[in-house]
Amino acid sequence: MLLKIKNIISFSLIIIFASNYAFAQKPSDLIKEVVDEASRILSSSDPVEAKIINLNDLAENNVDINRIAKYTLGKHRKTISDEEINKYFKLYKKYFLKNFSSRLIDYTNPEIIIVDENVINENFTIVNTILEATSKNPELKISWRVITKNPNKPLILDLLIEGLSLAKAQKEEFNSIIKNNDGEINALFKVMEEYIIK
Amino acid sequence: MKNFLSILIISLLISLNVNADTDGEITINQNESNEEVKDCFEPVNRGIFAFNRAIDGLVFKPAAQIYKAVPSPIRNGTSNTLNNLSNLVTIPNNVLQGDFKDAAHNSMRFVINSTVGILGFVDVASWIGLDKKDKEDYGQTLGTWGVGPGCYLVLPILGPSTARDSIGSLVNISGGDPWYNVTVRNDTHYFSDMDYYTSKITTGIDFRAKNLTSIDNLEKNSIDLYAAVRSLYLQDRKRKVNNSKKITETLDDSDWEEIDIQ
Repeated sequence: MLLKIKNIISFSLIIIFASNYAFAQKPSDLIKEVVDEASRILSSSDPVEAKIINLNDLAENNVDINRIAKYTLGKHRKTISDEEINKYFKLYKKYFLKNFSSRLIDYTNPEIIIVDENVINENFTIVNTILEATSKNPELKISWRVITKNPNKPLILDLLIEGLSLAKAQKEEFNSIIKNNDGEINALFKVMEEYIIK
Repeated sequence: MKNFLSILIISLLISLNVNADTDGEITINQNESNEEVKDCFEPVNRGIFAFNRAIDGLVFKPAAQIYKAVPSPIRNGTSNTLNNLSNLVTIPNNVLQGDFKDAAHNSMRFVINSTVGILGFVDVASWIGLDKKDKEDYGQTLGTWGVGPGCYLVLPILGPSTARDSIGSLVNISGGDPWYNVTVRNDTHYFSDMDYYTSKITTGIDFRAKNLTSIDNLEKNSIDLYAAVRSLYLQDRKRKVNNSKKITETLDDSDWEEIDIQ
């Protein structure tokens, strides 16, 4: 009986490890999938509203929105109440999705080439890509910070355009609004709400 | 004029010594010294920023849109000529930073492009394997020497800067820029003041034209545009001062790591 249990446990462990190995996704593969899908959505003949819905789905499935929300709130996440935190998370998700689709919707068919990936540590990998030049815009180096805490489901955390972090810029925008309103988090909520309904 | 410059330099030197803010939120860490940039004159800076945006909307953006309609070979040639001129500031700064290899590389590029490349219009040097290197200026040199950035400033027309970078710009007009010397500072009979100012205005329009979409995008999607521009400028200067070749060299993972331990 004991041998049978041991065999079952060993078999289960092998299955778990094998499945982990089989489904572990390389960060560069994630970026390739996201870029290809975004390109397909943006070049489709769908109406703008449908494109925005598809882009939002893409972001929800592949971006760690909650973690970015915490990051962009900076030191204030330690001082606000649970109720305010919950309100912030809800607002941030809407804000992020609008921001994400709004930034991309102007591009019709972006050509992005994966260059390489740099593993920073077990948690983070940077995937370097190039957005090819068009007649309108010059070539751009875009790097993607990917969190790999769960190797089976890596998620995007940040975009670095020519080395400049968009998450960091957003964090400083949020903190500037709070600071210039005497540390009042509701001022940030108000500005976010205005942006969302804009 | 001299008095004005003296007062300006003294003010900038004072602001270089301002104690850095420690809240770590509207500031940025410099790798080499962990110094933070403080926005000491934020209300004034915001006023000048609004003024600059108005000027941009009236002058630079429309000019950039017209410039974009120019056939791309002419735009590329203009951009090449301006890049070639910028070597005159980059080369002495390569030397001042002890980067003699890049100084030699950029000198060769300048000689080849100014002659065979018809005053820099054609980037012949890149064709023969002398690739374009990053630009350097006196602000970056001061940074590599360990001078902290001081306060964040927004200059009328010129845009974002820091106390250190503003002093760097003053070096240009105090003999540090050979192009300024032969056009404005000294009467060489070959060039006029207008040649210098035209080159600077065209550089501004060329930059604006290259970034029309990205600046429009930033304006549309920022909830505090002033803070976003400040952050992007300071991040960019940090990269340049550190002469970072790889993205990973400038990344600060601590903020991201910190999220999980709370």
